[in-house]
Amino acid sequence: MAGSVLPRWDMVLRQRSYWAAAYRRTWRGSVFSSFLVPLLYVLAMGVLLGRYVDARGGSLEGAPSYLAFVAPGLVAAQAMQTAMGETTWPVMAMTKWQRTYYAMTASPLAVVDIVAAHLLFVAFRLAVTCGLFLLVMAPFGVFASWWGVLLAWPVTVLTGMSFAGLLHAFASTVEDSTSFTILFRLMVVPLFLLSGAFFPVASLPAALRWLAQVAPLWHGVDLTRMLVLGHLRAGPAVVHLAYLLALSLAGWLLAVRRLDARLEV
Amino acid sequence: MPSTRRPETLAGRSPGAAAAEPLVHARGLRKAYPSPRSGRGGVEAVRGVDLDVAPGEAFGFLGPNGAGKSSTMRMVAAVSPPTGGELRILGMDPRTHGREIRARLGVCPQEDTLDNELDVRQNLLVYGSYFGLRRAEAARRADELLEFVQLTEKARSRVEDLSGGMKRRLTIARSLINNPDLLLLDEPTTGLDPQARHLVWDRLFRLKARGTTLVVTTHYMDEAEQLCDRLVVMDGGVVVAEGSPPELIRAWSTREVAELRFGVGEHAEVAERVADLAQRVEVLPDRLLLYTDDGETALMRVRERGLQPTTVLVRRSTLEDVFLRLTGRTLVE
Ligand SMILES: Nc1ncnc2c1ncn2[C@@H]1O[C@H](COP(=O)(O)OP(=O)(O)O)[C@@H](O)[C@H]1O
Ligand SMILES: [Mg+2]
Repeated sequence: MAGSVLPRWDMVLRQRSYWAAAYRRTWRGSVFSSFLVPLLYVLAMGVLLGRYVDARGGSLEGAPSYLAFVAPGLVAAQAMQTAMGETTWPVMAMTKWQRTYYAMTASPLAVVDIVAAHLLFVAFRLAVTCGLFLLVMAPFGVFASWWGVLLAWPVTVLTGMSFAGLLHAFASTVEDSTSFTILFRLMVVPLFLLSGAFFPVASLPAALRWLAQVAPLWHGVDLTRMLVLGHLRAGPAVVHLAYLLALSLAGWLLAVRRLDARLEV
Repeated sequence: MPSTRRPETLAGRSPGAAAAEPLVHARGLRKAYPSPRSGRGGVEAVRGVDLDVAPGEAFGFLGPNGAGKSSTMRMVAAVSPPTGGELRILGMDPRTHGREIRARLGVCPQEDTLDNELDVRQNLLVYGSYFGLRRAEAARRADELLEFVQLTEKARSRVEDLSGGMKRRLTIARSLINNPDLLLLDEPTTGLDPQARHLVWDRLFRLKARGTTLVVTTHYMDEAEQLCDRLVVMDGGVVVAEGSPPELIRAWSTREVAELRFGVGEHAEVAERVADLAQRVEVLPDRLLLYTDDGETALMRVRERGLQPTTVLVRRSTLEDVFLRLTGRTLVE
């Protein structure tokens, strides 16, 4: 029931055996794909496509090579997709197909505790996937400094979280999962392609560029790239960070409200 | 004595100062669901219900689909906020003490909420962790409860592979993991075959014998009659009568009922010709019910008038008859 605005951490912790069991079911497959998918991307887009791009020269926001340019963008984009995978269908399963959330709310857990545990699990999954992605890129010699990468890691997690809360809220609002397919086509794919992961947003037409810069992914891509390539500019970095934090927080609050409305009736 | 409106008997039930506080106390309880689009003026599912459930009691809600039983149960379970009225559960206000109340409740919802991805025993262990049970304690309770609901052999099975009756028993076991002070069961045997129902009933009788306080909803009058010490008959979001099953039958029906079946479409006409032979006559689409204290005699008189029913049955009155009397409808269509 409503009444409690903040999660109680002991209640959040009580859900660890549920999420541990959920993770045990999938970690093998997810770890495997967390290595393979980045490797394929880095090889195909970075190394092979990069040869053609680099041969033509041109400015890539100061990146020494196309590989160096595209690699950090890919991690940030991966974060968005992981966030989508860990919220949309799982949330629908827990509200509708398996009704796990209903079982949880019949215990001392409250909706705030349940959303907190779910989103913390998403953060953990983001940390693993993005961490592995960064690890896979290490041998390709694109990182300017180790501390830059260490800072980029939490930024990629934050990029994922800026989507996670909003997507969680969306998933507990819609009635069926065809909405996710639409969301994937209308939001995830365009953002993936246009948020500066593959080419500088400066080369987009003005209207599209403006759109790309409103979406959280570009902020994540740009901040990750600055950190990894070692040319951090304080002003934009602070804006990116503030924007991602604000969206993550707003999404979190919205997720609580929507799930509350969904389960309390 | 039972009554149609709020039972004054309840106030008289615990006159002494030593009487225990009711586990559930509701006055004028209401629940309205907003309409999906406008958010205003939707369905009024519960329209002013008064309740008191005493410790150790098996209390029932009997009513047809849509009567508002589940809505009431979800409010009592401290998951659905009431839209009006007064509600106290275990002496606490669900609006402010939801977590504390739910920690001491066991809930067996109408629709299964078991986790298909976990095996049978894990379902209990994970659920136990929500109540803050330590691992060893949860494991001990889980094994005891699996034994109690006769699922020990299935401990490692996937939930998906269980029959409907086994799933219900597992849900009951899960609802007991925290040793609740109050067990809420929403339609515990709906959709089960007769044998599976009896297995569930048998476990519920054992709980009752141990002194567990049960609140059960059902649209089966036999379930209500066998399981409940006291019940309310609900219809259209209100309580239409309250009492123990024998009290309700005594107050709202006769001792016996003669059921007569004639040809299709003849029942209304026959009813007029036999109206004086019983205290009350009900016409159903497929049969005629004669309410009387002596069914055999009534039957004899019917035959004396030259009427030849195709089948006859003389039986004792049940809660089904009470429901028919109070609402003019049958419980299960
Ligand atoms: N979540 C809900 N949203 C809107 N209407 C509901 C909801 N749950 C129940 N209702 C409506 O409230 C009424 C009572 O339903 P319910 O409490 O489920 O009755 P019962 O359990 O006795 O069958 C019905 O008309 C039902 O359609
Ligand atoms: Mg119901």
